[in-house]
Amino acid sequence: MEEKDLVIIGGGPAGLCAAISARKKGIDVLIIDENLRPGGQLFKQIHRFFGSKEHMAGVRGFVIGEKLLKEVKELGVEVWLNSIAYGIFKDKVIGVIKDGKNILVKAKSIIISTGATENPLSFPNWTLPGVMGAGACQTMINIHRVLPGKKVLMIGSGNVGLIVSYQLLQAGAEVVGVVEIMPKIGGYLVHAAKIKRFGVPIYLSTTILEGVGKEEIEGAIICPVDENFKPIIKKKKYIEVDLICIAVGLTPLNELLYQAGCLFTYKGYLGGMVALHNENMETTVENIFVAGDCSGIEEASTAMEEGKLAGISVAEKIRGKKWEDEKDQIRKRLDDFRIGTFGEKRKLSKEEIVREYYERVKTW
Amino acid sequence: MKELKLGEKTYLNKISFPSFERIKKGSVAIIECIEDIPCNPCETICKFGAIKVGFPITSLPILDEEKCTGCGKCIPICPGLAIFVLNYNFSEKDCLLTIPYEFLPLPKEGEKVKCLDRDGKYICEGKIVKVIQPERNNMTALVSFAFPKKYYNKVRSFKK
Amino acid sequence: MKKKDLRIYKHPILGDLPERKKIYIYFNGKKLTAYEGEMIAAVLYANGIRRLRRTERFKEVRGIFCAIGRCTDCVMTVDGIPNIRTCITPVKEKMKIEFQEGLGKWKKKIW
Repeated sequence: MEEKDLVIIGGGPAGLCAAISARKKGIDVLIIDENLRPGGQLFKQIHRFFGSKEHMAGVRGFVIGEKLLKEVKELGVEVWLNSIAYGIFKDKVIGVIKDGKNILVKAKSIIISTGATENPLSFPNWTLPGVMGAGACQTMINIHRVLPGKKVLMIGSGNVGLIVSYQLLQAGAEVVGVVEIMPKIGGYLVHAAKIKRFGVPIYLSTTILEGVGKEEIEGAIICPVDENFKPIIKKKKYIEVDLICIAVGLTPLNELLYQAGCLFTYKGYLGGMVALHNENMETTVENIFVAGDCSGIEEASTAMEEGKLAGISVAEKIRGKKWEDEKDQIRKRLDDFRIGTFGEKRKLSKEEIVREYYERVKTW
Repeated sequence: MKELKLGEKTYLNKISFPSFERIKKGSVAIIECIEDIPCNPCETICKFGAIKVGFPITSLPILDEEKCTGCGKCIPICPGLAIFVLNYNFSEKDCLLTIPYEFLPLPKEGEKVKCLDRDGKYICEGKIVKVIQPERNNMTALVSFAFPKKYYNKVRSFKK
Repeated sequence: MKKKDLRIYKHPILGDLPERKKIYIYFNGKKLTAYEGEMIAAVLYANGIRRLRRTERFKEVRGIFCAIGRCTDCVMTVDGIPNIRTCITPVKEKMKIEFQEGLGKWKKKIW
């Protein structure tokens, strides 16, 4: 059985930053990722990120991704691609299917940074080809460079829905509209303005009734809703589209954390069930850490900072040293990002997680 | 069906525009950033110190209209693509608006275009005056186009 | 020459699609052009093929849903092996891809 100091499961923004931070502190790091290339969903983010200079604001996501990969390579971090971590067993033994072969790896510490998955939305015919997640569509156009449809309807006006609509325009598709069931949009107005000024309508208090088509999507029926979200059927309207994208939020991918025996809590603002963790990102199972979207849906910028925090915390434990100043700077950068209408609620939820961690650890 | 309208007063009233006196003097940045987003690259890039976000970084950017030279450095760096530069004195009849543009094909200088408002609605005819290639600003092109002065606060984009 | 497929050859941010080695794959016996490094499902979608399989019980047609290998909606029979996630499996020269009915049938022994 292979033995490692630190195994990071998931090589997205959080995992890569964790690896870089820990490696810089002299820790032997292995990243396990099921994809053929690390970087997670960073490479499909072709827009510029918000934030400050320290958060690399104004830089496009894929450029940040390239920078992280370069650093990981230069530091000599071991990366297993095409490798699925299917389970965490007793004594932090991880089961991995690497290139089709079963391998067991024993780790002193584990950082789980498995990211998130898109929420589906069911309506008649939602399983037909031509209905896909907005993130899936983003993968198709920005990674695979293929248009999955030419006339698109976007369901949901959160930042993902708005940004992917803009990127669909950039890829040469027509976006016939964005529908939002709430009376106001979910994402930032600046993202809405980017598509509005090029003529994409955003329908408020409107939902999709059904997708239309026999074996593939050929259209959609959209319909306004009343204040109780009940469709006003007589006002329904047919629109011709060949692609319906669903952008109705994300859910943390936390199966491995459950399996490892971590305690959980429900945080609606963070996308659902999340593992309790302390201010060092350590879960209720000693030496298992968490970082990024799988510990609560936020942004790539916060995932990277959480990754660094987890990486340094692991190094502290293994090397028996303290880097409190460095960690405080990271926590400050996280706080800087968790402000404003959107950030405030996430900050409160994150603080509750840490509080609940200590309460539950005490009574457990 | 109810639509989001960005040309309405409820939205426009949130934008702090430069004074009309300043606009009449020549090129100036118009920052249409109206939400508490944790973001401040516009402040960092302005070498004239004309944009202030300060602390916390969710504060709205405030433009010092006397310090702003309308250089346009802030246009492509804004992740929200919410900054434009207006030159009201471009010619006797026309003003000139510079916007960030991230689509293909890029328009050509001299080309006639249809000017659109914030909701993508047709307003008037216009003409492309200048195109700064995307490679200069990490793949965000800057396109300047001229249209009648009276629409200076309406037009925010164009189509071919 | 105007390209008819749905590949995004020019992109305002990502630039031109890089030149890659051209290879051929077969979908239900029909020859398709692909490029090295492309995923199977991406090649099919680029050629306007979005119907990838039919479900076992309800006989519903499915295509790509998540595009990152999680949902398994895009599974097809590839070189005689059923249930291959085509959105994350790269193409290989002369690969035979088939529309999958239900759970598919093994046409090749791998053990």
